[in-house]
Amino acid sequence: MGTLRKLGWLTVGLMSILLASCASNEPVGGDEDASAASDISTEAPEQVKKTVEPSVRGSKLVIPSESGFGEEMLQGRFFFDFDQAIVKRAGHDELNKHAAAMKQNPSLRSRLEGHADQRGTREYNLALGERRANSVRAYLVAQGVSSSQIEVISYGEEKPYATGSTEMSWSYNRRVEIVYR
Amino acid sequence: MQLFLRFNLILLLLFCTLAVASDLRIEVTQGLDRPVRIAVVPFERKGWGRLPEKVSDVVNSDLQLSGRFVTTPVEGMLSRPHRSKEVLYRDWRLLKVEYLVIGSLTIRGNEIRVEYELHNVFEQSRELSETVVADRNELRDLGHHISDRVFEKLTGMSGAFSTRIMYVTALGSIKDRTYRLNIADSDGFRVETVLETSEPILSPSWAPDGSRIAYVSFEKDSKPAIYLHDLSKKTRRIITNFQGLNGAPSFSPDGQKLALVLSKSGNPDIWTYDLNTRRMAQITRHYGIDTEPSWFPDGRSLIFTSNRGGSPQIYKVDLYDLKIQRLTFEGDYNAGASVLADGSAMVMVHRRNDVYHISLLDLRRGRLSVLTKTSLDESPSIAPNGSMVIYATEDDGQGILAAVSIDGGVRFKLPSSEGEVREPAWSPRKRTIINSILD
Repeated sequence: MGTLRKLGWLTVGLMSILLASCASNEPVGGDEDASAASDISTEAPEQVKKTVEPSVRGSKLVIPSESGFGEEMLQGRFFFDFDQAIVKRAGHDELNKHAAAMKQNPSLRSRLEGHADQRGTREYNLALGERRANSVRAYLVAQGVSSSQIEVISYGEEKPYATGSTEMSWSYNRRVEIVYR
Repeated sequence: MQLFLRFNLILLLLFCTLAVASDLRIEVTQGLDRPVRIAVVPFERKGWGRLPEKVSDVVNSDLQLSGRFVTTPVEGMLSRPHRSKEVLYRDWRLLKVEYLVIGSLTIRGNEIRVEYELHNVFEQSRELSETVVADRNELRDLGHHISDRVFEKLTGMSGAFSTRIMYVTALGSIKDRTYRLNIADSDGFRVETVLETSEPILSPSWAPDGSRIAYVSFEKDSKPAIYLHDLSKKTRRIITNFQGLNGAPSFSPDGQKLALVLSKSGNPDIWTYDLNTRRMAQITRHYGIDTEPSWFPDGRSLIFTSNRGGSPQIYKVDLYDLKIQRLTFEGDYNAGASVLADGSAMVMVHRRNDVYHISLLDLRRGRLSVLTKTSLDESPSIAPNGSMVIYATEDDGQGILAAVSIDGGVRFKLPSSEGEVREPAWSPRKRTIINSILD
């Protein structure tokens, strides 16, 4: 079981790398950005940082990487234990990045979508999904993000990420997704 | 807004006309150990005109699919009587048939008249005889009516054949879904689609008179709202669409109020909504999850699911003094409960050894019994005669409906021809449209 789950995480990891690389092949923003990017070699790193602000691509957040070169697409997906709404420590690093980006850019608007696995009743799971999204919101607000930038919605068990009645699918489905607009 | 409503109305009208034959079919997975042996002789036909259904076939299938009867195939019958004087009891004793249903059907223009009788083969007596009249598009209703009468006579319980089941189907992949709210006869026939949308539909609930329904739909901006839908007028309105959850609507026994769940105060609490005055009242106030309200038959109190004690359990709240009492103590997951019409017991989702079953809790003795052998069971809904519970479960990775008798003796599966099926709600007793002429 343990190895299966690890394998699962590995797949998620690989998928996110794939997704990120697919996405970075797409054009970034307007033409000005492209021309600025072509001048990188002659410009100072601080200026590169300045031109590449956190941005939204698809519904995901793209932030400049800490080294100053390249960028990072945040998956915005946080997982929970059964019947629990506690944000796991493993998600804190990424949540901090979301918080920093939203503070830096107050025009960013996000929707926290709470989900549950299929076990138990649908209405209870809707409530559970909302609790999970609320606890992610509480974390972000505690980091200084304005609550007006965040909307919360729960889909309960209605919109699973993974299909199948297995422990592994369920662990993917107990989640909160941060969706940017 | 106006446009939105009008568009919806057109959609509704459109779907109401798309009545499909059947997308659920009943499979008896466990019948009674000693079912009653009954023969339904094809009814004699008098008069002109083609009929789309055979009334005796409907009766035969109803009784067979109840799990409490075994019917005799027509080919095996030694004689085919239509009235008392034609019955040769000896023929039926040879076939070990205990009861016999015979009758004749007369077509007069649009009017269908059926005279039928129920005979006890061993006592050589007539147990029941009735003449019923209906419209020619009500042939299935006629059949279900006869099944109800026969069932009641022979089991002592009122039948549930003249009832309907409302349920939600989900078609397509999880990325591209179509949800439908359907209403079908309890035998799966005469499916009507009440609503079709690309966003989830949940918690359909019947008004006690069966004329209106309430449900949760995410169709508007992908957010939940509670709708009140009039089935005969084909109109509807939004009851609540507050920020947060708008869920689990449930009609009071007098049909005047809805109990529902709102989280606009920050966490899910139970509220009531008066359908006449449109006034709302907050019933529970707790930082935990309170959801799935359901009424006690006397309308004085509600039961609901709450995790205020750490895990989901069933509680009861008195609507006059708002006092709360915990009802379940066995197991760490009890949810989605509803009370039987006589208030003696409730059915609910109960987790045992990590498996989610439908269970019955005797509210007087406190005894809990697991009714189902399936897993991932949810959404139990009680038949109006109190004899069966329909629920959602999973079969081969597919969401299906299943049913079990309240004593656990009879079990059914209702596999669907397409898509996932869930959230069943058994209708109240159907308003009878059959005119019975007493002899």
